[in-house]
Amino acid sequence: MSRIAACFDALKAQGRQALIPYVTAGDPNPQVTVGLMHQMVSVGADIIELGIPFSDPMADGPVIQLACERALSHNTSLAMILDMVAEFRQQNDTTPVVLMGYLNTVEKMGYETFVAAAKKVALDGVLLVDLPPEEGAEFTQNLHQAGLDAIFLITPTSTEERIKKICAIGSGYLYYVSLKGVTGGAMIDTDDVEEKLALVKQHTQLPLGVGFGIRDADSAARVAQIADGVVVGSVLVSALGDNASNPEKGCAQVVDTLSAMRQAMDTTA
Amino acid sequence: MIEAATLPDADGHFGPYGGRFVSETLFAALDELRDTYDLLWQSPAFQAEFDLDMAHYVGRPSPLYHAKRLTDTYGGAQIYLKREDLNHTGAHKINNTIGQALLAKHMGKPRIIAETGAGQHGVASATVAARLGLECVVYMGVEDIRRQAQNVYRMKLLGATVVGVTSGTQTLKDALNEAMRDWVTNVDNTYYIIGSAAGPHPYPKIVRDFQSIMGREARRQSLEQTGRLPDAVVACVGGGSNAIGMFHPFLEDKEVRLIGVEAGGNGLESGQHAAPLSAGTPGILHGNRTYLMSDENGQILPTHSVSAGLDYPGVGPEHSYLKDTGRAEYVIATDTEALDSFRELCLLEGIIPALESSHAVAYACKMAAQMRPDQTVVVNLSGRGDKDMQTVADIDGIKV
Repeated sequence: MSRIAACFDALKAQGRQALIPYVTAGDPNPQVTVGLMHQMVSVGADIIELGIPFSDPMADGPVIQLACERALSHNTSLAMILDMVAEFRQQNDTTPVVLMGYLNTVEKMGYETFVAAAKKVALDGVLLVDLPPEEGAEFTQNLHQAGLDAIFLITPTSTEERIKKICAIGSGYLYYVSLKGVTGGAMIDTDDVEEKLALVKQHTQLPLGVGFGIRDADSAARVAQIADGVVVGSVLVSALGDNASNPEKGCAQVVDTLSAMRQAMDTTA
Repeated sequence: MIEAATLPDADGHFGPYGGRFVSETLFAALDELRDTYDLLWQSPAFQAEFDLDMAHYVGRPSPLYHAKRLTDTYGGAQIYLKREDLNHTGAHKINNTIGQALLAKHMGKPRIIAETGAGQHGVASATVAARLGLECVVYMGVEDIRRQAQNVYRMKLLGATVVGVTSGTQTLKDALNEAMRDWVTNVDNTYYIIGSAAGPHPYPKIVRDFQSIMGREARRQSLEQTGRLPDAVVACVGGGSNAIGMFHPFLEDKEVRLIGVEAGGNGLESGQHAAPLSAGTPGILHGNRTYLMSDENGQILPTHSVSAGLDYPGVGPEHSYLKDTGRAEYVIATDTEALDSFRELCLLEGIIPALESSHAVAYACKMAAQMRPDQTVVVNLSGRGDKDMQTVADIDGIKV
């Protein structure tokens, strides 16, 4: 069983939901990332989404754009990020790690080279925001053959026909984007989300993570009541950005935020 | 019919290029656009509406002008200029914005957005928005706002909001990123008018189809004026909308050479250029697979060109396909060559060309010199140079 499936199974048995933080790898500098991953796990992160910085992050708002710029100013590359995963695995063999980013960085490395390297460092899944199922058949097959999960987005504008298509090709979990827009957008409306999730559930047994617009313990707890996982990104990345010259302080804020979210999620549940 | 003329396929592919590489949120909107477009483009009523606007608002057909003094100077092939500079708003961009604004109107979208580099597409978008009473927001890199201040003011006069983009390299690619972000957020009420023959399917096809009016006219005009097809058609390539519009109607005329001229900047060896077809590799940017300028890690490289409209690290996917199949050839003209041609056309023909178009003129002259006087070269003079006065004056050290 994959780490992701094992993770969700264990949580389900406990009646809990996954807390899934996103940070951009190499932000604010590459030395910070692995330590931060361990810190996040220590306060209750269940799965870590690690962003691959890209020069043109079209689906991201200003917060993650700036994180990409900080990471790229230190030449953070996909090869370095895979090394970070390997380093993380030296001390942690259970927490799933998912890379999230844009296709060009992966395509430049080459699908086969990337997938082989990803398998070697014990990565668990990949989510490329600009690779839809229509264009992603080959890459997805490569991932699946290597035992890695291909995670896809479902959005408020996805038609039922597309939801079926995405459910058929995706694995690990499905990531429901709670609002139209880029990362770091407006606050989430959980009623709208609940309605759409019900539709998605008709077509899949996969766990459903929800992200975009989750900023605090309260919104995290509310999402936990309707989804299997809570994805939180921009609020953490803001903390790292606001303290870019003092990464320790930034990481401490990330830990505080996640810790409050974990507590609220577990209390409400 | 050769295969190239039937593309893209149903999913927007030109061979391995094109496609739809965007986030899930945009799929429904792209499907809606594709379906609306396929229906309307086949409709005689829509065609009539488009043709009427082309004739009475844009001022088409644009002339095909025999540039005799320029021809004499190079002593070779006869050089003809397709005078898109004479269009309303001063460039070929209006052909596409009129077409897409009609689509927006039919789709009931009250708000349009656009990205712009040199400002020509922004001005053309602001123009059609004013005419149809639509709200218009134009995204433009702050570096380009500096270079093209007059066009910024024109857009404002036309009632558009110009949003300065400060991310990345602050040029056309970043404006496109920002416009995409707007669209993904406001997709319900907003129509995104992409100005380049780039972006996700169906945009490259839509832009090409609307711009192909240039090539159809030039083909007919060549036959009328010279009794035969031209030996070569030359156009500058940034995103590639003016070039694809000129090339497409000639694709099946295999005897006609199609030549796209990219921005060579300070020369390919300097690394400071905007010539992905000449010096790039295939990759994914702005919703399609195409030739790109990116580094070994897949990060998009900064570009350089004296002309803001060519200052783009990607290119429309159909050009990538035409390059690989050899149906079109892609070459470069440097900043210096373009500036020399700019001045030469002013002095010899009394025409002030856009710096973008000057790249095509530069290469066409070089090429014509190697050809016989009974041969002809058609150059797309895609825009006029009024917007470039400041840039050229700055280079000359003159305060205007």
